[in-house]
Amino acid sequence: MSINLNVPEMSNKPIDKCVTKLKVENASLYYGSFQALRKITLEIPSCAITAIIGPSGCGKSTLLRLFNRMNDLISGVKVEGNVELDGISIYDSKIDVTELRKRVGMVFQKPNPFPMSVTENVAFGPKRHGVKNRGELDEIVEKSLKQAALWDEVKDKLGQSGLALSGGQQQRLCIARVLAVEPEVILMDEPCSALDPVATLKIEDLMRNLAADYTIIIVTHNMQQAARVSDTAAFMMMESDRAGVLVEYGPTAQLFTNPKDKRTEDYITGRFG
Amino acid sequence: MTQTTNPSSPTAAEVPSRGLKRRLRLGERVIEGWIFLAGLLAIVVLLGIIFILLKEGLPVFANTNPWDFLFGTHWYPNADPSVFGIAPFLVSTLMITLISTIIAVPVGVACAAYLSEVAPPKVAETVKPIIEILAGIPSVMMGFIGLALLSPFVQSLFHLNTGLCGLTAAIMLSLMSLPIIVSVSEDALHAVPREFKEASYALGATKWETIWHVCIPAALSGIAAAIMLGVGRAIGETMTVLMVAGNALAVPASPVDPMTTMTAAIANSIGNAVRGGVQYQAIFAIGLILFILTLGVNIIAERVLERQKRKFSR
Repeated sequence: MSINLNVPEMSNKPIDKCVTKLKVENASLYYGSFQALRKITLEIPSCAITAIIGPSGCGKSTLLRLFNRMNDLISGVKVEGNVELDGISIYDSKIDVTELRKRVGMVFQKPNPFPMSVTENVAFGPKRHGVKNRGELDEIVEKSLKQAALWDEVKDKLGQSGLALSGGQQQRLCIARVLAVEPEVILMDEPCSALDPVATLKIEDLMRNLAADYTIIIVTHNMQQAARVSDTAAFMMMESDRAGVLVEYGPTAQLFTNPKDKRTEDYITGRFG
Repeated sequence: MTQTTNPSSPTAAEVPSRGLKRRLRLGERVIEGWIFLAGLLAIVVLLGIIFILLKEGLPVFANTNPWDFLFGTHWYPNADPSVFGIAPFLVSTLMITLISTIIAVPVGVACAAYLSEVAPPKVAETVKPIIEILAGIPSVMMGFIGLALLSPFVQSLFHLNTGLCGLTAAIMLSLMSLPIIVSVSEDALHAVPREFKEASYALGATKWETIWHVCIPAALSGIAAAIMLGVGRAIGETMTVLMVAGNALAVPASPVDPMTTMTAAIANSIGNAVRGGVQYQAIFAIGLILFILTLGVNIIAERVLERQKRKFSR
């Protein structure tokens, strides 16, 4: 069956050549006694954009935060199962979490630049990881801002507060801040939900440009956005009494035009959610 | 029929709206007036204090010129003619306040950072109220503790003739300003948005780096306010320094010399002063200088906060 969905420029980038960057096997996560993820198993390819879609509260963000162990910051979180980055289990007790987070960067739902200058925002990560030389830092700042397609807009106000920028610029500043630590994976938690359509398109263009060099995982509410930017997509759902179920995972084109699961079809055609 | 039973009211449509409106306005006026008077009272009291300080204190400068008063090293109220030089008190106050601030700020901010960022919620919930209770201990008790416990320790540590000295007073004052510094700084650190901390952790910063480079800078205005409150407490505290600072009348050369602060000097001599006499005027002049000092601290604090705000304004 095929669903007639208004999807412009459906991505058809082949994902077969890519290697598995992140692997999740039977992962479950509990907030205290509440189970937020249920035996999730999926493999995320490198050099591709993977979208995680699903209704509110189904555990999309929790799944995303599994990859850089941000869930650790919440007390009472328990993780079961196995999560691997390049074949190394990241929940191993010997793992240096700061090193992991350097390799797996994150962009948040609400743009959250630090209350510092634009330069200081971008230089924050490299400084924490030992870059002290001013010239070297300036180079990193310029390169990251250019990568984030923000350089031309802020090059004359690098000393201004990051909070003085517009919402879309702030979000690209946050992306530049992540790029500055040279991650391998970038997690994006609904990066456009607080932005207007124009700013959203800019971020999406940026994501497509970055996809060549980075593994990107994006959580989004916006079906169109998932269809526009992602190569693979995962659909998660919450059932009446249980959250965090991975329903379907596959190439975006297939998930949107020919879903295997009835629930996926219902969701993307807007029958619930 | 209903209208005839209530002949004083105009037409039915007008009654509720007009009557209601008039009453509300009256209530509003009363409350506005009340708030205005309350605000006015604070200003009147402040102006009154300044007026009395000036009226009672300024005449001393007819006998002693301001320079000699501020920098004169001798305080002989009973000599003939009287000599009023407050340098010993001024230097003592500055020295004790400075030392107590140097001790209290790092400890207080570190404690606040621990409570806000590191301690498990249960520990923080238990410890914070306990620290706040410390603020409620009467200063005479702190003086007693300093006298009985701290001064012998300071005396033996520095091989002094007496443990009653500026350093002892400064340490006691630092303990007394600690609760307010911890409490206000902790509030400021706690108010730092979670997004900033998350962003920092997500970039691979450690807990310490997040506290030092994100939380403390973001909370700096609150921490500065906390420090100023602590400094204010230290400058104004009287009973403790009266009991443990040693009450010497010489200009202190080192922190371990016995000292008399400006507050202690006022408390010491006000009982002997004849109302309206020269000594009485000199004491009020000390009060005036003290007031200018605290005003200065407040103005500096205000400036710092203002600059901080402008720097990170949206």
